[in-house]
Parts: sequence; structure tokens; C-alpha cells
Amino acid sequence: MSLWEYANPKKFMDTTGPLVPWVAGAAAVAMATGLIWGFFLTPDDFRQGSTVRIVFIHVPAAMMAINIWVMMLVTSLVWLIRRHHVSALAAKAAAPIGLAMTVIALITGGLWGQPMWGTWWVWDPRLTSFLVLCLFYIGYIALWQAIEDPDTAADLTAVLCLVGSVFALMSRYAVFFWSQGLHQGASLSVQAGERMAADYRYPLYLCMVAFGLLFVALVLVGTRTEIRARRMKALEARARMTQGLT
Amino acid sequence: MIALLARDLRLAIRAGGGFGLGLAFFLILAVLVPLGVGPDPQVLARIAPGVLWVGALLACLLSLDRIFALDWEDGSLDLLATAPIPMEGVVAIKAAAHWITTGLPLTLAAPVLGVLLNLAPAAQGWLVLSLLLGTPALSVIGTFGAALTVGLRRGGLLLSLLVLPLYVPTLIYGASVVTRGAEGLSTATPLALLAGITLGAAALLPFASAAAIRINLR
Repeated sequence: MSLWEYANPKKFMDTTGPLVPWVAGAAAVAMATGLIWGFFLTPDDFRQGSTVRIVFIHVPAAMMAINIWVMMLVTSLVWLIRRHHVSALAAKAAAPIGLAMTVIALITGGLWGQPMWGTWWVWDPRLTSFLVLCLFYIGYIALWQAIEDPDTAADLTAVLCLVGSVFALMSRYAVFFWSQGLHQGASLSVQAGERMAADYRYPLYLCMVAFGLLFVALVLVGTRTEIRARRMKALEARARMTQGLT
Repeated sequence: MIALLARDLRLAIRAGGGFGLGLAFFLILAVLVPLGVGPDPQVLARIAPGVLWVGALLACLLSLDRIFALDWEDGSLDLLATAPIPMEGVVAIKAAAHWITTGLPLTLAAPVLGVLLNLAPAAQGWLVLSLLLGTPALSVIGTFGAALTVGLRRGGLLLSLLVLPLYVPTLIYGASVVTRGAEGLSTATPLALLAGITLGAAALLPFASAAAIRINLR
């Protein structure tokens, strides 16, 4: 029994099929609890007032936007090295979710920045590197859609993902070199003194878990859809073959 | 390899278009920007480094899709794939030819446009030096984008979408060399980082580009 058995599409479908409702349900419960807790049961911040609550969407979305790219990098490597189709399809399914998370993080950041910083957008390193990440997602998705042959598309997007990861990382450090920031530092830290108050921290953890579960549920559904689409194409091709023969 | 380089250079010069087009575009950009933002010398001097670098970058982008497209259409790319030199070498030569026909002329023309945009005289040398160091990276990265999109019929727009985000670090360091030079600050850090990007890209990206070409030829 090894992890690679799940690379078999049939095995993957059989295992994930019953799993999807549970993961989706857990995501819904965690999301509802976390957001209700965060939005209604936390005190107002003494300086930021109610606006502080955007953190419960903004931070998990931003975290997922980066983690999804890392997940795509891993699945692309698996595809290039071991040629498991499920892996390539999972990367394909993850990209639009990552783009959505990036856009959510940018929009909620703007909504928070308007009352707090007095501006929707500044060319701050963190904001800028997120915008660059957004461009990387768009390019990746566009390349998937532009190429017709599925295996060529999977190969080329995997190569793009590898090269893009290096350049995305370089861009991140380059923009820190380029401009001084207005954005605060990391929201969460292991050092006790730097953490946000427990009132906000625990609902935030819950929201992060919820966003993670939501992503897992969505990517499973997306990958399953891709596999089904692949099977349908194969069936159609077979039907055309047999029609041609008779 | 030298024969291939000579062939690509001859094709670029004789076939017209690619060679002069980038330069003309660069010139037009340098004319349009003052028309757009107004002739105030101080404003122009302030934005000149960025405008010149962005202009060089876009001019580079113009001729990228020609790197492989013609060879792909007439089948010479298949011949090159079966030739004794490895694909990595072919890709590196292609990038070098692109740089000689695009990056080098842009670098040489940049001081003239710098005068048009009222760039500080102290920064002229830095402009040439940063373009000399940075434009090879633009060509190498662009070759990677061109290799990814070579099989597509209308890859031009997609190519710019893929390549422009990859240009971000080069642009930032390149433009900040010129900005710092104009202000009389030390340019050593961005210059070293720019050279690092160029050398790293030239050393590693041909492998990725060659892999992409092989996938596309499959």
C-alpha cells in the first residue's frame, strides 16, 4: 500500500467519491463557525473598530493563494517525474481556485486599506508581489486553455510552473528591494509577544482550517470533473472508431 | 553552432522587420511618453529610467515570437532537433541571436533616447551598463516563452502574458541601477543582482526551453 496507488484514476475516483461530501461538509461547518465567531463574537479593535474583522477572510485567502501555488509545483513535479495523470489534472483544477484566492486577498485588502490607510491600493511590496502572483496564475491558466493536446498542455504548464516558481520567488525579493512597505508584517508568529490577541487568533485559526478544507473539497471535485471529461472524450473517440469500422 | 548563429543573424537582417522594428518601437515610445505626460524636464528626468527600461522590455517582446515561429513553420526546427548539437545549444544560440539583433541595438540607442527624455548625464553610463547586463536576461527568458508557445497558431498575446511576469525582477533591478545612478547613489547592489539574474537565467533556462521545444515537437 503506497501513496502512488491513488495515482490510478479508478482508485482515485473510488476513494475520493465518498470523501467529497465529508470534506465539503467539514469545510462548511468550519467556515460557518469561524466566520460567525470572527464576525459577531469578537470585540471591536480599539483603533480599527469593526474593519479588523476582514482579517478572517483576508489572511486565510492570502495563505491559500501561496499554498496552492506550492501544491501546483509539487503536483507538476510528480507529473513530470512519474507521469501520473491525476497529478497533472489536480494542478489544472487547483489553478483557478488559487487565482480566486489571490483576487479575494487583493479585494479584501483594498476594502480594508481604504478606511485604514486611506487608499485602495499602494505599491507596497506585499501587495505588488500578490499582483505578480495573480499574473502568474492567469498565465498558467491561459497556457492550459491554449493547448489542445492534453499531454502536451500538462507538460508545458508543468515546465512553466517550475520556472514560474523560481521567478515568482525572485520577484518577491525584488519588490522588497524596490519599495518600502506599508503593509504590516506577518499576522501570525510563533513568538508569544508578537501574536495578535487570543480573541482574534482562535477564530482566525479556524478560518484558516476552513479555507484549507474548502480548497481540498474544491480541488477534489475539480479533479474528478477533469477525469470524467477525459473519460467522456475517450468514449466519444471509441464510438467514432467503431462507427468508422462498421 | 557558429554556423547556426550566422544563419539566424543573416535571416534576421535580410528578412527585414525584426531587426529595425524593435528599435523603431523604442524610439516611438520615447517620443510618445513626453507627449503624454507633458514636456516638463524635471518630470521627464524623474521617469526616464523607468520609461527607458520598460520601453526596452516591450521592444524585446515584439520580436520574441519570431525566434522559433519561422523555423517551426518550414520544418527546420525538426532538422535542428535531429542535428548533432543538443537542443539546449540550439536554444542558447537562438537567444544569443535574438540579443544581438534586439538587445544590443537597444542598448546602443538608449543614450540618444536618454537625451530626449532628459535623463541625468551621470546616469547615461549606468543606463548603457544596466541594459548591457540586463537585456541578455530578457532574451533568454523570452526564448523560454517562445519555446512554450511555438506550437500555437496565435501565440503572440499568450506569449506576452507568460513572459511579462517573468521580466519583473530584471526590470526592477535594471531600472533601479539607473535611478540610483541618476541620484549619485551606490549602484553596486542592484547591478550585482541584475548580473546574477542574467547569468543564472543564461545558465539554467536553456534547459527548460529545450524541454519545452522537445515537448512541442513530439
